[in-house]
Amino acid sequence: MVAYVVRRLLLAVLTVWAISVLSFMIIHLPPGDYVTSYIASMSASGSAVSEGEANALREQLGLDKPITVQYAKWMGLMLQGNFGMAMEWGRPVSDVIGDRLTLTMVISVAAIIFTWALALPIGIYSAVYPYSFADYVFTFVGFIGLAIPGFLLALVVMYVGFAYFGANVGGLFSPDFAEAPWSLAKIWDLTKHLPIPAVVLGVSGTAQLIRIMRSNLLDELRKPYVMTARARGLSEYRVIMRYPVRVALNPFVSTIGYLLPYVVSGSIIVSLVLSLPTVGPLLLKALIAQDMFLAGTIVLLLGVMTVIGTFISDLLLMWVDPRIRLGRQ
Amino acid sequence: MRNDTRPLLSVRNLRTSFFQDEGTTKAVDGASFDVFPGKTLGIVGESGCGKSVTAQSILRIVDRPGRIVDGEIVLTRADGSEIDLVKLKANSREIRSVRGGDIGLIFQEPMTSFSPVHTVGEQIIEAVLLHSEVGKKEARLRGIEALRSVGIPKPERRIDEYSFELSGGLRQRAMIAVALSCNPRLLIADEPTTALDVTTQAQILDLLRKIQQERGMAIMLITHNLGVVAEMADDVVVMYLGKVVEQGKVDDIFHDPKHPYTKALLQSIPSIDSTPRLKLPTISGSIPHPFNRPKGCPFHPRCVSAIAGRCDVEEPPLQAVGEGRKASCFLYP
Ligand SMILES: Nc1ncnc2c1ncn2[C@@H]1O[C@H](COP(=O)(O)OP(=O)(O)OP(=O)(O)O)[C@@H](O)[C@H]1O
Ligand SMILES: [Mg+2]
Repeated sequence: MVAYVVRRLLLAVLTVWAISVLSFMIIHLPPGDYVTSYIASMSASGSAVSEGEANALREQLGLDKPITVQYAKWMGLMLQGNFGMAMEWGRPVSDVIGDRLTLTMVISVAAIIFTWALALPIGIYSAVYPYSFADYVFTFVGFIGLAIPGFLLALVVMYVGFAYFGANVGGLFSPDFAEAPWSLAKIWDLTKHLPIPAVVLGVSGTAQLIRIMRSNLLDELRKPYVMTARARGLSEYRVIMRYPVRVALNPFVSTIGYLLPYVVSGSIIVSLVLSLPTVGPLLLKALIAQDMFLAGTIVLLLGVMTVIGTFISDLLLMWVDPRIRLGRQ
Repeated sequence: MRNDTRPLLSVRNLRTSFFQDEGTTKAVDGASFDVFPGKTLGIVGESGCGKSVTAQSILRIVDRPGRIVDGEIVLTRADGSEIDLVKLKANSREIRSVRGGDIGLIFQEPMTSFSPVHTVGEQIIEAVLLHSEVGKKEARLRGIEALRSVGIPKPERRIDEYSFELSGGLRQRAMIAVALSCNPRLLIADEPTTALDVTTQAQILDLLRKIQQERGMAIMLITHNLGVVAEMADDVVVMYLGKVVEQGKVDDIFHDPKHPYTKALLQSIPSIDSTPRLKLPTISGSIPHPFNRPKGCPFHPRCVSAIAGRCDVEEPPLQAVGEGRKASCFLYP
């Protein structure tokens, strides 16, 4: 068991390293570099950048070195906890990402809580009463939720909010609080703004989760241990909640790991539409500007989140499922 | 008929059907039989003839889309009162006190009959807490006792293990322990030894017999192994396509079978005196699909003595064919 954990840890470190190489390569894939896109954006706004200036900028940013050297320098900085400068912003990457990362986490967790709180009970109901009227309704609504792209839903919600309730539903803060330092009032303001993005981000996941829970549970309900539990004289509610539901929940534990990065990277467009101050839009901008420090850091963070999440999932799964813990032969 | 004792359980004209889009499966189609206190009733028949569904009907745990459509299942309770289980609501308090309390159930599959994520103990203790007024500590002690009584070594340790940590034989013993933990007066054993090797089979059957002698409990033993029936049962019910085609004392059935189906079943088991390397007779044809059961006697398409114009038209009733035995066949008036 300890050996297992240690092995998983080593594997996790190796994976993170592989992710760092991959993300560095992917960011360098498009032709040109930060300076080319800088020149393009400058000339678009009417001012020209001379050859000399461009070369100086390249040298200053280390972009003239071979790619392996650039990677080595980047990794060297990373290991010291220095994520480099966000080129476009002229500020350290950690500064630029800082608050946004926290807010991203908050929104993602809210979306996940919304998803689970809605999907699990509905999934259980649908499996216990399959092909009932309510099951069909949930299935129908669920598939619609699955089919509507998040950004479209975001637009509709914003329109309805604005046209019928006169509410500005974009953003995460009221204008008064946007730049204010953290305080209880600001947190309360955030809480009030949270439901809409959480729901918009959670809808398609909810629809998926309902389907998964329904089919997991339908499989479990057919197993003999459910009938033996009934034959012991338990009430129907206890039979279902204590046995098949408990078993059907196990696979979800193993998905906790990638939920967070999945929601973060899935939320880019929705965040743009709802003008949420999260890392999603930041990543998009950094990629367009070919700002490799910023983009690289965000991609790497997502990767690390996945690896840590998966590691935690594995531990959790071992904890909830004795078959894995005791290594069933 | 035997009227020395009142039956513990009396099943009358039981019909259980599964209603699916493709059609209705009459899994049990008018079965009647009695189980007497302290005796073993063997129920035999080919796969799919409705043995398990009969057992599930008695406990009212038939899975959707199955439902009891007709009949009575009268249980005599410990205080002498009678209740018709069919009339109870499927999740009512009364039927739940019968399940596990008056009637214990063991299944064919010890592997999957325990929850994979709960210990054996959690499942026994739960049953004890449900049916008797004891605290957790006492329930645990009773659970350990139950495991000990079915011959599980080191029960204090085994109680905290998961079913997949036990061998097949121990697992079936644990299953029996759960079923017996609340002292039921009837144990329904649905093919309790099918999944086990021959030696373990014999041990489990010995165990059941021993427990029956100690507690005077009735057993309803479902099997398609005629050898097991011959060894264990006092009375036998032979089922075919959801119907009882013959019933009687075990010696009568084995030495003088009346119904052609019973005869065919008995001929298809090898005996010590049969000629070596001679092909065993098999019952010709196969079990009809439950959606299109034959008109008349359900067995007539495969029956060697079918009377044309009679067996394929009318259905023979189950009637007395001698002292304490019945058969449903037109060969016997
Ligand atoms: N859950 C169910 N849904 C639909 N049909 C079912 C269900 N359970 C049983 N049946 C049908 O009821 C009939 C009787 O099944 P049952 O399980 O009682 O047979 P059995 O005599 O116990 O057979 P075996 O010896 O294989 O255990 C079969 O035709 C089967 O297809
Ligand atoms: Mg069966």
